[in-house]
Amino acid sequence: MEEVDLRLDGNAAGGLLREVFAFEVTAARGTCASCGAVGEVATLVLYAHAPGAVLRCPACGAVVLRVARGRDRVWVDARGLSCLELAPGA
Amino acid sequence: MAGAALLGRLEPLVWRLAEVVEIVAETPSVSSLVLDVPGWPGHRAGQHVDVRLTAEDGYQAQRSYSIASPPEDDQVTLTVERLEDGEVSPYLVGEVRPGDRFELRGPIGGYFVWEAAEGAPLDLAAGGSGIVPLMAMLRHRAAAGSGVRARLLYSTRTLDDVIYGDELERLAADGDGLTVAYTLTRAQPSGWAGYARRVDREMLADVLGGPGAGAIAFVCGPTGFVESVAAALVDLGYEPPQVKTERFGPTGGE
Repeated sequence: MEEVDLRLDGNAAGGLLREVFAFEVTAARGTCASCGAVGEVATLVLYAHAPGAVLRCPACGAVVLRVARGRDRVWVDARGLSCLELAPGA
Repeated sequence: MAGAALLGRLEPLVWRLAEVVEIVAETPSVSSLVLDVPGWPGHRAGQHVDVRLTAEDGYQAQRSYSIASPPEDDQVTLTVERLEDGEVSPYLVGEVRPGDRFELRGPIGGYFVWEAAEGAPLDLAAGGSGIVPLMAMLRHRAAAGSGVRARLLYSTRTLDDVIYGDELERLAADGDGLTVAYTLTRAQPSGWAGYARRVDREMLADVLGGPGAGAIAFVCGPTGFVESVAAALVDLGYEPPQVKTERFGPTGGE
């Protein structure tokens, strides 16, 4: 029996994030507010088994983004994200 | 509005009704579903979709699946591995029939994508059904007539678990710069000439040869596979931005 690893990455949160953002945010580069690491949202570590999606910094483990969906609304907690950088056409 | 165009503003992601046109049994536990998706806006190789199933009582289950077909195809093909304890894949592999319909939204993802027009050489590493988005890239490369160098290292447990084996052999035989190497980690047929262990640094060095100028390495598979391969590639001299990863697991890419 192989161990099942429940960690995914920001790629897998793309559909949920597109409910919130009008652009492909998985290709945007985010800066972690805790350690300053910069990387694409797709490379964040996703814990999808929490209530809502929790995206953590792959460098320091701090929570960068939390997105929770209710029946008719979505909550976004972005306090762990100090900057989001968008590339043309991404 | 110029600002909006600059940010690549997208249409809202809507659920569309996909109709199953054809089912291809790839392995005992993996099937490809060829779908007709009215209104499909087109996609880039490497992107995925969300699939949503709704039960009669209103219960919904949703999972992500990589697109296997190249952008050049009119129809959208998903390749799905059946997980016995899954909520969605047991329906998509085994139950679904041509003519059946289910909801789908996409394409999704702007990071793990490759476009032939950009011309970046491809260094690919796949673990199990992680081959699917990489196959979309290789099909796109062939359909676009791109002769850019492409190298694939494909790890499965047994030979029976290899998806797209015949097609990969055909594509590699074209002599246009694609090479494919396999490693079978659990059991090997007698006379097996390929690798017979988990992917490691030495195997990656043998097959991929190191980072060429402008090359992009795409790594897709289970989380443990992706993390060990990505770390080994950086150890071999790839710059971290040259290594693009996509993990799948029981939730995101069932």
